Amino acid sequence: METKAFQKIYTKISQITKATCSLKATNIGYEEMAIVHGRLAQVVKIVGENVTLQIFSGTEGIPTNAEVLFLGRPPVLKVGEELSGRFFNAYGDPIDGGPEIDGEERQIGGPSVNPVRRLQPSEFIPTGIAGIDLNNALVTGQKIPFFADPDQPFNQVMAMVALRADADKIILGGMGLTNDDYLYYKNVFDNAGALDRIISFVNTTENPPVERLLVPDMALTAAEYFAVDKNQKVLVLLTDMTLYADALSIVSNRMDQIPSKDSMPGSLYSDLAKIYEKAVQFPDGGSITIIAVTTLSGGDITHAIPDNTGYITEGQLFLRKDTDIGKVIVDPFRSLSRLKQLVIGKKTRADHPQVMNAAIRLYADAANAKTKLENGFDLTDYDERTLKFAKDYSEKLLAIDVNIEVDAMLTACWNLFDKYFKPAEVGIKQEFVDKYWPKN
Amino acid sequence: MEKTNNMTTGKVAGIIANLVFVEVDGPVHQNEICYINLGGIKLMAEIIKVMGTQAYVQVFESTRGLKINDTVEFTGHMLEVTLGPGILSKNFDGLQNDLDKMMGVFLKRGEQTNPLEDDKLWEFKPLAKPGDVVIAGSWLGEVKENWMPHKIMVPFKFEGKYTVKSVITEGNYKINDTIAVVNDAKGKEINITMVQKWPVKVPIKAYKEKPRPFKLLETGVRVIDTLNPIAEGGTGFIPGPFGTGKTVLQHAISKQAEADMIIVAACGERANEVVEIFTEFPELDDPRTGRKLMERTTIIANTSNMPVAAREASVYTAMTIGEYYRAMGLKVLMLADSTSRWAQALREMSNRMEELPGQDAFPMDLPAIISNFYSRAGFVYLNNGASGSITFIGTVSPAGGNLKEPVTESTKKAARCFYALSQQRADSKRYPAIDPLDSYSKYAEYPEVIEYFVKNIEPEWPQKITLARDILIRGREVAEQINILGDDGVPIDYHERFWKAEVIDFVILQQDAFDKVDASCPMDRQKYMLSSVLDIYKTKFSFETFEEVGSFFKRVINQMKQMNYSEFKSEKFNKNEKELNTIIDERKTA
Ligand SMILES: Nc1ncnc2c1ncn2[C@@H]1O[C@H](COP(=O)(O)OP(=O)(O)OP(=O)(O)O)[C@@H](O)[C@H]1O
Ligand SMILES: [Mg+2]
Repeated sequence: METKAFQKIYTKISQITKATCSLKATNIGYEEMAIVHGRLAQVVKIVGENVTLQIFSGTEGIPTNAEVLFLGRPPVLKVGEELSGRFFNAYGDPIDGGPEIDGEERQIGGPSVNPVRRLQPSEFIPTGIAGIDLNNALVTGQKIPFFADPDQPFNQVMAMVALRADADKIILGGMGLTNDDYLYYKNVFDNAGALDRIISFVNTTENPPVERLLVPDMALTAAEYFAVDKNQKVLVLLTDMTLYADALSIVSNRMDQIPSKDSMPGSLYSDLAKIYEKAVQFPDGGSITIIAVTTLSGGDITHAIPDNTGYITEGQLFLRKDTDIGKVIVDPFRSLSRLKQLVIGKKTRADHPQVMNAAIRLYADAANAKTKLENGFDLTDYDERTLKFAKDYSEKLLAIDVNIEVDAMLTACWNLFDKYFKPAEVGIKQEFVDKYWPKN
Repeated sequence: MEKTNNMTTGKVAGIIANLVFVEVDGPVHQNEICYINLGGIKLMAEIIKVMGTQAYVQVFESTRGLKINDTVEFTGHMLEVTLGPGILSKNFDGLQNDLDKMMGVFLKRGEQTNPLEDDKLWEFKPLAKPGDVVIAGSWLGEVKENWMPHKIMVPFKFEGKYTVKSVITEGNYKINDTIAVVNDAKGKEINITMVQKWPVKVPIKAYKEKPRPFKLLETGVRVIDTLNPIAEGGTGFIPGPFGTGKTVLQHAISKQAEADMIIVAACGERANEVVEIFTEFPELDDPRTGRKLMERTTIIANTSNMPVAAREASVYTAMTIGEYYRAMGLKVLMLADSTSRWAQALREMSNRMEELPGQDAFPMDLPAIISNFYSRAGFVYLNNGASGSITFIGTVSPAGGNLKEPVTESTKKAARCFYALSQQRADSKRYPAIDPLDSYSKYAEYPEVIEYFVKNIEPEWPQKITLARDILIRGREVAEQINILGDDGVPIDYHERFWKAEVIDFVILQQDAFDKVDASCPMDRQKYMLSSVLDIYKTKFSFETFEEVGSFFKRVINQMKQMNYSEFKSEKFNKNEKELNTIIDERKTA
């Protein structure tokens, strides 16, 4: 954080709250960055000569005569190819012991893409996970979160998805990551030999929570650099967006704003949308795809954070422990990729949509049979067969440890259909049955 | 609203996000537009409150980098749209900038583009002649915009009576050419061009009367047209939790509805959804004219990542454009997705102004704002006797999917049709997920609407609708009983009753928005299918076991779904129908 000779240093803070300091200063730009007592801060309010600064790491111990230095610019990230393989903190400073980035400074939280300059997303992102590729295919330019309970292995699944997705760059935005999870990501990326295409911006639980407000913008500014300047396919991983939103509410509470539902700020929708809408397919081939994690409390998706997220993202993925097979699966009922119809059956084999629907329908029949069983009603022969099918389907396809190509997923489905059902019970178009039903 | 020579100027005195305090040096008025000079970039803003010599303005763009004492110029007018030929097929932002004319991939702050084309020639035909007495909204001539007769009118701002002095002869002219000269009461000559401006927050009232809506507006969606019809000039809203199908339903309506012009206001929702319209509409045919859908469509895109204050303006921009086309005697359908985002924009600003909050921190006057807005829709008789209409359907995105929240409740008071999307129906993929029983159309109760049905559809139509609803209600009741008592704990005819309701559900209520044929169902076809399912309802069948009931009706449903997927009365349709009759005969008792 170099300082320039002519910069004026202020030393008279007139007001200090938990999150902010105010002082008299002139010629200050809105959203300008400053250093207060060695800590980074940003201008959030100017009234006449009174300037209010939000101190990212909190105001504990700041004296009224602290040195305040305005940096004359909004938050920026230095971008360049050198970002690849590096780890940064929320301010974009290296935390991996490597050198500073010597690149062009870009303001973070920049403007939106003109909607008429966007392209309709149309490129399939295979992940090898059938619960995703088969039932909830992802598309470049999409934004989709995992809605997960805190104890679910979402970070593992995300890391897996990231490594398998054929992306030019993977950008990790870690917010409130435990140090263990941070090291986990670092290890996995390292072991996969993929470090050179990964860039991480990390705020761990050891860092002040408000700092994480900068992480998504940092990650997405880097993403825009690679997607726009280099026409690359960029995958951005944001975990955990619930902790991001919590930081928003901390700030708005400290600034005495009127909270709306679940003590979240009234602007939560717009705040989250600004981040997620950075997902885009550019006409020149570059794209930004966002996969996020929103942890739930007690599985409640009506809470303001998942609720607003659901209104913004293009579907959501749910993980669930299937006790019958003892594995975590991608829940086929509650998960939805809203952009899947743009690619399935078009970029994948033509029977994909029908096979997907048929298998889920049979799986739903199995769920009904299960309820019947639990309520003490008798099972029909068909019910019995759906239950067996469901177990196989869960094991061979829905489990997150599955890693096969889409064609193999479709074949696996056809084999299961054949094993347990007659074509009429599966209800797939005749032309596909003729073509793909196993002939013994 | 006339410009004065000495425009008021001001200086920035305070900044809180996009709320800026401006110290002014002269008179300003509420809702006046001003431009804040940020190092050469002009940020557009609107006055929302005045306190002494300070104007509180909401800025339509990011205020990053703005400083105290930056200069401000006031314009003397409110937020206005430019009205004239060339609006159709355009993609505007919330402030009517033509998005296609903007440079670069990213939106630039302060960039403004002309909503119309100054150099394009339009084929003009006079409609008025010298000596005609005209008033605001009178038709002076027309040009062909795409295929639509676009009327050139006496500007809405004109007050009182005028006499036409001259109208230019048939020929090709530009929008800023004078196409007519009129004399006011004092004989003063006034030139009229093809363009005019109008403040978006003020309703255009250039009509004689606004009767209650009385005609059906066909949307091609069965559960709407048949069970909960919306009238031409009517209002409706679609609340539903996320992912229940609000946008898909609105898109379906925008593709099929029997309207001359469609205005889609994408208000604070996903950009990719607008891109879908950009991509599809230039390709898709308007089923009624055979022209491309885009030719009758105007899109106002202020997606969720675009400036929040402009989001609020966007719905007014859209409505004003609708009123302009209504004054030409056209049938306009306006869709807004989602009005909750507009309400949220109001909330953000109200909180910043530290106003006393109402429920859920929304502004106190939210109900009034919403009902004022909905009241701008309507069927009108113009002063020349022609009629025009704006039918408005908005979506609402209730927080947590709970309909007891301020936006839903306020909208319920303002809109006359209620299309409640049910999470349960969406979860079981029963699309469109409109709950047939919770939803309602107040129009269906209007005597004039009932009369319209009797005359234009069939005399028994109102009774048929009532019957269909009754069947659904009873179906729901027995479904609950079967759930509690088990399949064999109830008499067989309970199963029959349940399945007869399922037939209506699967064949009439459910509709595949992604199937080329099923997506749109014209009224004569709706009438035919409703009669078919009611005939089945009235037929007596005999069954031995409850399993037989289920498997029989599953076949019936499957056959009728095939009918829905086939062109009406095509060979395939007839064949399916024949097979249906064979199936029915199997179980029919004389
Ligand atoms: N009529 C339909 N036919 C088939 N699928 C549908 C239909 N309506 C909705 N869907 C499915 O539901 C998904 C979500 O629908 P849609 O985007 O319209 O929801 P929404 O209510 O607008 O949600 P949000 O509030 O988040 O914007 C679609 O992507 C599609 O998969
Ligand atoms: Mg939607």
